[in-house]
Amino acid sequence: MAISNIQLGLLDLSQTRLALAFVGLLAIAVPAHAEPQTMVIGYLGEQRKLPLALWPLDEAVTDDGLQGARMGIADDAGTGRFLGQQFRLQERVLKPGEAPAEAVNAFAAAGITFVVADLNGAQLLQASSAPGAEQMTLFNSRDPDDGLRQEDCRRNVLHTIPSRAMLADALAQYLVWKRWQHWFLLTGPHPGDVAMAAAFRRAATRFGAQITIDKPWTFRPANGRVDTGHVTLQTEIPAATQVGDYDVLVVADEADEFGAYLEGRTALPRTVAGTQGLVATGWSAVDEEWGATQLQDRFHKQSGRWMLPSDYAAWLAVRSIGEAATRLHSLDPTAIAKYLRSDDFLLAGFKGQGLSFRPWDGQMRQPILIAGPRLLVSSSPQPGFLHQRTPLDTLGIDLEESTCKL
Amino acid sequence: MQTLIALVLVAILVPPAAAETIYVSNEQDNTVAVVDGATMTLQAVIDVGRRPRGMALSVDKKSLFVAEGDDNRIDVVDLAKRQVVGQLPSGADPEFFVVHPDGKRLFVANENDNLVSVVNIAGAKIIGTVDVGVEPEGMAVSADGRAVACTSETTSMVHLIDAATLELIDNLLVDTRPRAAAFSVDGKQLWVSSEIRGTVTVFDTATRAQTGKVEFEVPGIRREGVQAVGIEMSRDGATAYVALGPANRIAEVDTKTFTVRRLYLVGQRPWHVALSDDQKQLISANGNSGDISFIDLENQEVAKSLPVGRGPWGVVIGP
Repeated sequence: MAISNIQLGLLDLSQTRLALAFVGLLAIAVPAHAEPQTMVIGYLGEQRKLPLALWPLDEAVTDDGLQGARMGIADDAGTGRFLGQQFRLQERVLKPGEAPAEAVNAFAAAGITFVVADLNGAQLLQASSAPGAEQMTLFNSRDPDDGLRQEDCRRNVLHTIPSRAMLADALAQYLVWKRWQHWFLLTGPHPGDVAMAAAFRRAATRFGAQITIDKPWTFRPANGRVDTGHVTLQTEIPAATQVGDYDVLVVADEADEFGAYLEGRTALPRTVAGTQGLVATGWSAVDEEWGATQLQDRFHKQSGRWMLPSDYAAWLAVRSIGEAATRLHSLDPTAIAKYLRSDDFLLAGFKGQGLSFRPWDGQMRQPILIAGPRLLVSSSPQPGFLHQRTPLDTLGIDLEESTCKL
Repeated sequence: MQTLIALVLVAILVPPAAAETIYVSNEQDNTVAVVDGATMTLQAVIDVGRRPRGMALSVDKKSLFVAEGDDNRIDVVDLAKRQVVGQLPSGADPEFFVVHPDGKRLFVANENDNLVSVVNIAGAKIIGTVDVGVEPEGMAVSADGRAVACTSETTSMVHLIDAATLELIDNLLVDTRPRAAAFSVDGKQLWVSSEIRGTVTVFDTATRAQTGKVEFEVPGIRREGVQAVGIEMSRDGATAYVALGPANRIAEVDTKTFTVRRLYLVGQRPWHVALSDDQKQLISANGNSGDISFIDLENQEVAKSLPVGRGPWGVVIGP
């Protein structure tokens, strides 16, 4: 055994950086940095109205997204400390109704070129059009709207949150794999619900399912958490679901107003899937596969709660920047922005395979989890759904159907 | 009489198959399967702690250490009794570990704590820890016992640790999500597999310079489906065997040219591989199909698959 210079090489952790500068020349061609360099990443969020808690175990979460970005910084620092790269998060949360342009311009003035945009679609578009955003890359970690990846796509925006089309395709593949091909689609009244229902219809057509019943939910949202609140629900829901036969009830209720009440109350004994019940999601606290246990534990230790899909999307954004900096051995923003969009970029995201950005609309390719309330059920793409590039591109808007002009 | 002579001749000419025993950790069953290497049959199933993965034999080969990830400990299995006879502390969430050649210490990767814990076997005590990158996973020790290597999955590095002083010697960047590390038999090279990139990076241990990169191509399988995990080195130093995870293949790699000589189709999602003592047989533990594959290296074919339990992960060959 010949680690001949083992004695010479002995260094404690405080000297690691110098050692790495030395090793870098020899081994990995890292430019020697006398001083560590710092990358400041912006986080731009907004205050949101808390959703109505449906049951006593629901946690009121006011920092979803932000905590994911913070953990991304901690993970980036894990590699960075060995390479002389430091990462810091500059946090800014918009007040209700506050326009994002000023905050974006302030980020730009501070030299920030990568921003986690934890915003709704309208705010995201405004942020991306701000003068300060010209040389930036914004990461949409919040809004699943397909329009943001289609006609409203932007050259300076990447998307780490899955689009509605991806979620619907992922669920459709699983339901078709199960041969639950006849769907009862029940749609809530909000624009998000309607958009999600459109994505389910598109997915049904793509993968050979049939929507045999297509109905809006017309009851007013009610708080089921009143004393004997279940009595009302027990009469309303059978009435609303008194329809012909179907295999599975697919619900589009992004606002979480009624979907959770369906299971166990439908007229026919059928499974509920969609935005409640069996859900298609970018992330779920129930997942512990592909090494996710460590990510979930780390997140819970940091924030005292479970990781939500918006946390995961913000974490993906910050980790993407860190991964690019690692591979390039550089914090040069121009090089990182270019590398993120290249064929070589591949991020480990605890989903069993490398994640990358689609060049045609900036959407991050990723497996979508199919999760129950307590356990992971599956992960899409499902076996047998093939694609000429990668099975991941069976989920969402494909190159050939994209209307995005970057 | 002629028959008897013939039988005696056969007995002389055909050496008996090595009396080897194969141990496989089943991470979903919480068991270790015991397989007879000569007859390729399942002999026993040993109940161990929760989520057993990494395993290693004691230096005297009388005990098997099994890392129990969900129980935060290492079980000690008496191989004669075929049962757990003791426990060692491991630090949190042990996945993989190595037995130091001194026979006295274990080096354990604590995946949740970003630490390598050093365990004194006789005293059943943690006697030291080393800070490494995020999610330490693969462990290796050089034959002379001077260096220990640990990969960290999220940091994408291999950390070289001085086994005597427990100082970090070096931290080398590797491809994304490194899993296993292995020293070459002569100790001159360190091999590190990358799960997400599907590559193996080779370093010169003296200069710590990268000297090779092994790429794997499996016909009909896309880049993201080819993931490098477990590594086993042949004793003659000429060959490395690399498990390719979801590609359901084991690659035989020429250690001089860093090229793949051939691929063996095994069960689904092989995690780790081990060579028989005579180097003629390679066993892979196949996580998704619940079996092990016996690869006959002389005839270059997969000879048999044997169901061993749910979630086979680690494989160790003992007497």
